[in-house]
Amino acid sequence: MAFSPNLLADFQQMWYYQFMQNAYEAGTLVAIIGGLVGYFVVLRRSTFVAHAFSEIGFAGAAGAILLGIPAIAGMILGSSVGGTGIALLSRRSSHRDVYIGIVLAFALGLGLLFISLYSGGYATEAYSILFGEILGVRSGDVVLTLVLSGLILLGVGVVYRPLLFSSLDEAVAEAKGLPTLFIGIFFLLLVALSVSISIQVTGVLLIFSLMVTPAATAQHLASKPRNVIIISVVISLAATWTGLFVAFYTPYPVSFFITAIVFGLYILVRVLHRKIQPPGELRKG
Amino acid sequence: MNIAEAGLASPKVQTTIATAQNLTAGYPGKVVWKDANFTIEEGEFVAIIGPNGAGKTTLFRILLGLQRPLNGSIKLFGTEPRRGSSRIGYVPQQHVIDDESHIESFELVRLGLSGKRWGFSLFSKDDTNAALVALEGVGGTDLAHRPLAELSGGELQRIFLAEALVSNPELLLLDEPLSNLDMKRERDLLSLVNSVVRSRKVAALLIAHNINPLLPYLDKVIYIANGKVASGKPDEVFTSESLSALYDTEVEVLHDSKGNLAIVGIEGHHGDVE
Repeated sequence: MAFSPNLLADFQQMWYYQFMQNAYEAGTLVAIIGGLVGYFVVLRRSTFVAHAFSEIGFAGAAGAILLGIPAIAGMILGSSVGGTGIALLSRRSSHRDVYIGIVLAFALGLGLLFISLYSGGYATEAYSILFGEILGVRSGDVVLTLVLSGLILLGVGVVYRPLLFSSLDEAVAEAKGLPTLFIGIFFLLLVALSVSISIQVTGVLLIFSLMVTPAATAQHLASKPRNVIIISVVISLAATWTGLFVAFYTPYPVSFFITAIVFGLYILVRVLHRKIQPPGELRKG
Repeated sequence: MNIAEAGLASPKVQTTIATAQNLTAGYPGKVVWKDANFTIEEGEFVAIIGPNGAGKTTLFRILLGLQRPLNGSIKLFGTEPRRGSSRIGYVPQQHVIDDESHIESFELVRLGLSGKRWGFSLFSKDDTNAALVALEGVGGTDLAHRPLAELSGGELQRIFLAEALVSNPELLLLDEPLSNLDMKRERDLLSLVNSVVRSRKVAALLIAHNINPLLPYLDKVIYIANGKVASGKPDEVFTSESLSALYDTEVEVLHDSKGNLAIVGIEGHHGDVE
C-alpha cells in the first residue's frame, strides 16, 4: 500500500478493507472503555491488579484455544474468576501485591502449559495473545466487544459516584454505609471484562497503553473527574486511531504505535506541566 | 466518678445525642476499655483524650456502627448506632491523598453528600450548592478549585470538615485532626471547629493527644487510659483526686502558670497529657 500526502484518500483506501473496518470498530470501543475504566484503575492505584488480570486472561485465552472455543471467552472466564479470587484473598490491602503475584505466576505457568499442548501453531497463538492482533479481529468479535462495552458502560454508570467516593475516601465512604468491599469486587470484575476486550487490541503485555497511560496523562490536565475521564478517552481514541492508520502504511505492529503515542503524550504532558508549575510550588505551606 | 451519672440524672431526652452506660469495648477475648458512662448533648464540644492505643478510635467505631460493644449499652439518637447514619459527619485520622491525582477539593466535598447515591442521575444543583455552602462555612471558598494534593495540612483539614458538614450532621466525629499541624494552624482549626459547633448547634467529638490547646473551648472531656474511661467537665475530670480514685493509684494533675495541665502517674503518660 502506498502512502500519499492526501490523508483523506489514504483513509478511504484503508477503509476499503473489511479487516481495517473491524479493527477501527473494535479499537474505538476498546479505547473508550480503556480510557474510562483506566481512570479508576489509576485512581485506585490498581495498576498491578490490571496487569495480573491480563496475565490470567492469557491463561484463559490459551486454554480456550486449546479447547477450540473463542479466545475472548477464555479471557473473560479466566480474568473474572481470577478477579474475584484476588478481591477475596486481598481484603487486607497491605498484602494485596503478594497475593496478586502468587496468582499471577501460577496463571502464566498454566498459560504456558496450554500453549505448549496446542499443536497448531505454538508461536503464532502465543504471540497474538501477548502482543495483540487487532488486524485479525473478526466481525463476530466486534459484536461481542460492542455488547461487553455496553455492559461495562452500564456497570460504571450505576456505581459511578459510590466508586468515585470509595476510591477517594474509603474510610468515610465505609462510615457512610457504602458497601466498599462489594464495590471493590464489582470494580475488579469491570476491570476483568475491560482487560478481556482490550487484549484483542494491545495484547496481554501492552495492556497498560490503554488502561493506564491515557488516564495517568489526563490526571495532569484536569481536576474534575468527569473532565479527566473525557480527556483520558480522547487520548486513547487518538492513539488507537492514529496507531491503526500509521500501521496500515508501515510494516510495523499497531500495538507499538499505540504504546509509543500514549507514552510520548505522557512525557510531553509531564514536561510541560512541570514547566508551567515548578514542583517546588506544588507543595507550599 | 459521678459526673457522667449526674449528666444522666437530668436527661433532656430531645437534645441528648448519645448515652453510654457501662459501655465496654474491644475484640473477642480482649477488652480495650470498660464501664464507660457518658452523655453527649446537642451542640457540645467534647474532647477524647488519652495515650496512643488507649482505644479512642474504638469509641468512634462504635458510634459509627462499625464495631459492636462487648458489653453495656450505647444509644445514639435514641437507638443503637448503625452504619451509614447521615446524622453523623466523620473525619477519619488517615486520608490517603494521591499526589498524582489533581482532583479538586470541591469534588470531594460534594461526594460527601452525593457519594452514597447509585445510578446515572447527574450531580444536582442542590448538591453543588450544598457543597459550596459547606466550603464557605469552613472558610474554604477559595480552596474549592484547588487540587487536594496541593493543599497544606491545615487546608486539608478544613476541606475534610466541609466534607463532613455537607450533609448537615448533628454529630461530628473528628479523629486527630490536629496531628501534623503546627501550633498556629492547630489554634486556627480549633477556633473554626468551635465556631461551627456554636453556630450550627452540632455536637463535636474530637480525638486529641494533648488537651491543653482545647481547654478554652471544651464543654466536656472523655479521658481514656489504661482500660478505663472518665468523663465530665475538664476541671472535674482532671483532678488528682478523681483520677487517683478511678485508677486506684496515686495520680497527680499538675498545673502550670498558663493554665496548662499535665498528668503524672498513669502509664503511657509521662508528665504531659499527650
